[in-house]
Amino acid sequence: MTIDCDIHPSIPNLAALLPYLDEHWREIVKLRGMDEFNSISYPARSPLTARPDWRPEKGKPAATLEQIRGECLDPFGTDLAICNCLHGIQLLFSEDLAAAFARAVNTLVAKELLDKEPRLRASIVVPIQNVGLAVEEIERWAGDPRFVQVLLLASGDHPLGKRIYWPIYAAAARHRLTIGIHAGSSYHNPPTAAGWPTYYTEDYTAQAQAFQTQLSSLICEGVFNQYPDLIVVLLESGWTWLPAHLWRLTKYWRGLRMEIPWVDRSPFDIVRSNVRLSLQPTDGPPDSADLERVIEHLKSDALLLFSTDYPHWQFDGRDALPSGLPASLKRKIMVDNPRATYARLVEPVA
Amino acid sequence: MTQHVVAPVAEVPPGSHKLYTVKGRPIAVFKVDGEYFGMLDRCPHQGGSLCAGVVSGVLVSGKPGTYRLERNGELVRCPWHGWEFDIRTGQSYCDPAKIRGKSYPMSVASGAAVSEGPYVAETVPVRVEQDYIVVEM
Repeated sequence: MTIDCDIHPSIPNLAALLPYLDEHWREIVKLRGMDEFNSISYPARSPLTARPDWRPEKGKPAATLEQIRGECLDPFGTDLAICNCLHGIQLLFSEDLAAAFARAVNTLVAKELLDKEPRLRASIVVPIQNVGLAVEEIERWAGDPRFVQVLLLASGDHPLGKRIYWPIYAAAARHRLTIGIHAGSSYHNPPTAAGWPTYYTEDYTAQAQAFQTQLSSLICEGVFNQYPDLIVVLLESGWTWLPAHLWRLTKYWRGLRMEIPWVDRSPFDIVRSNVRLSLQPTDGPPDSADLERVIEHLKSDALLLFSTDYPHWQFDGRDALPSGLPASLKRKIMVDNPRATYARLVEPVA
Repeated sequence: MTQHVVAPVAEVPPGSHKLYTVKGRPIAVFKVDGEYFGMLDRCPHQGGSLCAGVVSGVLVSGKPGTYRLERNGELVRCPWHGWEFDIRTGQSYCDPAKIRGKSYPMSVASGAAVSEGPYVAETVPVRVEQDYIVVEM
């Protein structure tokens, strides 16, 4: 059995969303001449955005069920895959427009993917620009067990531990949805703590910084104290940075515990109980034999969740599992960990 | 175990702490609410002097954003890296199960009792009319 926790169906184009927008927003799209939501997170021609063999001659990668089935679900023998639709909704400055488009994206995913392909599950895209509207969107889909997670981006307006976002976590916890934080940015702030970089290489590498910041924020602000059953999944975050970051965070927490007295366990313990990470990309050491040592530093075999990151180009062929993984860990990563993480995955959907 | 005379009680007034050497070991003596507590003056982390640390209270929190300072004067924070220790027990707050400071039982004995023994008063001249801080080690 294989559970792929991070795949990225594309919305074919903006017109595909029109049937799922109400009349007002359809009119706005027409009047404004809106054509596409292009985020620089995954520029269309960047090699990372789509593997060469997953890049169609016409149209976008992963934009049809035929592509998704033929390139991702079938070759990897995938039993379940979680769709994380990255469509630039978070970049908008209009809260209402963001809410309308988030709803349209979720409706398209439900009707055109989930209704037609039983192996697919999805994350709920939310208009994070307005927490009340984001909660409304969660409530709209919470009754549909095929939605297993709420999707946020690694960089937004504020660190995600801030209390303004807690109603989102309350809604997620109420409905046993995980919070998925995916690489990407609203670009309302520079994508690095040091300011705007010049090159895409810098941008993408710096995603790990953003994840580290979010992880610290969620822990230090006490999100896991308030919602002890909440699981946060870091998606396309990379994970080999995790031990070093937690060594650092734990060290300073020990000395500055008085700032955050509600954090009564070490950050390492909190991560082991409440945080999971998707497998791809694996930014491993040059010698794959050393990867096992990195895994040992995680001090848990429950943290990693299998992902192909389809159609992003993280590996070739079917080598989604990096070499160097202990055999005992493979089944945990492929099946046991995803099932333990996503409460809704094991629920019947019929 | 032997009872060692540390100092006359007047040397460590309420709310203060002071460093002594007993049996060649540095012992930080704290006075909290009329009781004396002794800790080895080496933080179990990297050996910082606990006696040079800030004495404060135990900060507890029922939920994020709430702060309640309890038992003020009963916690010492190592000056090197901020690790906190319960003055009464030596228990750490960063890893209570694994890390604790070394505590020594302290008491007060009268000068008369100390003069009779079996106390060891290495460097402290004992006068019968005074009370003394005594450590067992």
